[in-house]
Amino acid sequence: MSIQAIEETTVKAFPAKPAAVIAFSAKARRRFDPIAIAGRLATALVPPIIVIVVMLVVWQIACSSPTASLPPPSQVWNEAYDLIAHPFFNNGPQDIGLAWRVLISLQRVAIGFGLAAIVGVALGALVGQSIWAMRGLDPVFQILRTVPPLAWLPLSLAAFRDSSPSAIFVIFITSIWPIIINTAVGVRNIPQDYRNVSRILRLNQFEFFVKIMVPAAAPYIFTGLRIGIGLSWLAIVAAEMLTGGVGIGFFIWDAWNSSRLPDIIVALAYIGVTGFCLDRLVAAVGAFVTRGTTAN
Amino acid sequence: MTAYLKLDHIDKSFARGNQVSEVLKDIRLTIDKGEFVSIIGHSGCGKSTLLNLIAGLTRVSAGAVLLEDKEVDSPGPERAVVFQNHSLLPWLTVYENINLAVAKVFGRTKSKAERHEWIMRNLDLVQMAHARDKRPAEISGGMKQRVGIARALAMEPKILLLDEPFGALDALTRAHLQDAVMDIHSRLGSTTIMITHDVDEAVLLSDRIVMMTNGPAATIGEVLAVPLARPRRRVELSSDRTFLRCREAVLKFLYERHRFVEAAE
Repeated sequence: MSIQAIEETTVKAFPAKPAAVIAFSAKARRRFDPIAIAGRLATALVPPIIVIVVMLVVWQIACSSPTASLPPPSQVWNEAYDLIAHPFFNNGPQDIGLAWRVLISLQRVAIGFGLAAIVGVALGALVGQSIWAMRGLDPVFQILRTVPPLAWLPLSLAAFRDSSPSAIFVIFITSIWPIIINTAVGVRNIPQDYRNVSRILRLNQFEFFVKIMVPAAAPYIFTGLRIGIGLSWLAIVAAEMLTGGVGIGFFIWDAWNSSRLPDIIVALAYIGVTGFCLDRLVAAVGAFVTRGTTAN
Repeated sequence: MTAYLKLDHIDKSFARGNQVSEVLKDIRLTIDKGEFVSIIGHSGCGKSTLLNLIAGLTRVSAGAVLLEDKEVDSPGPERAVVFQNHSLLPWLTVYENINLAVAKVFGRTKSKAERHEWIMRNLDLVQMAHARDKRPAEISGGMKQRVGIARALAMEPKILLLDEPFGALDALTRAHLQDAVMDIHSRLGSTTIMITHDVDEAVLLSDRIVMMTNGPAATIGEVLAVPLARPRRRVELSSDRTFLRCREAVLKFLYERHRFVEAAE
């Protein structure tokens, strides 16, 4: 495969799935006019609220018959009320609120994703900067990144002989590819002018990395981080279902084994909301850090 | 006495696969300290390549660039470039952009207060001190170019290299900046090489105009001395006979003797 071909497939391959998520950028907050803000909040909140209400009603009707295999919303509310109303209860080692479980999963994500961010940006910078590193590493990355997260789990269990580091490793290995690839594309796209400026100033490698490369590639890096955090949240739930422990993923598996379907539904809502918040968090950090970088 | 800057039999060719294209051939030129030299030629004649060679951004294929008898083989702040598209870093403010250069060049020799004063002095020189906390995206094209000039001057270069600095600007802004450059040149006496394709600009600003033949294998066709007294004022010069004669000489060279032939590209 030629370099261009790799570059093109790389650029295109990633935004394909998560593009829908990324499209909504937080650009609405500019002026501070209370009426306008209220209006904008209403336009943002009313449509989804209507949709959710309609979905709940349809669901309620669809699952009301005594033969229905899934519980309707009313049953979820009644049977899983404890989980919904008290996210932070703590009744012993295996009986804790869902917020605690989410926090434990988040802690694993934080470690795995944090490592992936550091290693990914460093490797991406290398691949973007050096043509030989790219020729050598890029094909390997392109193959490894298609391996599904859970396929790594048996290997990492064998290597680490413990469930918690294995889960962290799965997160690391899942989220690192988009970070590497996007960083590399960003570094490759640094305008020649900026490189010339750094050459005339005789910036050394470290100064170039800190003062030119990272800020110039920041929009790409944050796209990679955003895709990465989404993938790692996908992976942690799946990994915890298999490794056990006290995370939110294992809670779902446990609930399934004891036929507590309403609990599963509540847990799904927790996972969705948390994933959404993670995505928005990285996006907000990215918007803050890269302000001014893209405009020229 | 040896020349300040000497371009000694420079050839430059680019190899692409096994195809070698010769861009510059046998360039010979000496430039004195404090001189303002313009290089003019049709597009594609390799004038930007020549400037990059002097800057050290690309290496010569044969011959040598000698600055004060020392060979130029890599870029450095003593040959500061003002780029056509300003090349300011968009995530830094005007002040920070210049500070990046000043901190690197004078980080050891000047104290923090001295560096600050030096940055402000250079911003004053291009009348941009009021915009010190703005980002490049927030100021106009002409202002960006002023900051680009201030950044280059702040490196205290031995030679200031201007790569079509006003090419992307409208006529009025361009005139303002030309006046600014003339003013700075008369105050600092900086040795300056400017690439341009504007005949009036070349005659107005230069002590000498270097006219390039068309590529491939372009070389210096003619060097014209502009014997106009400084300070020069554009309005008075527009009817000055020497000015008009110089202008005519350049036009004749460009449009009669070395007409740009598109098919040759």
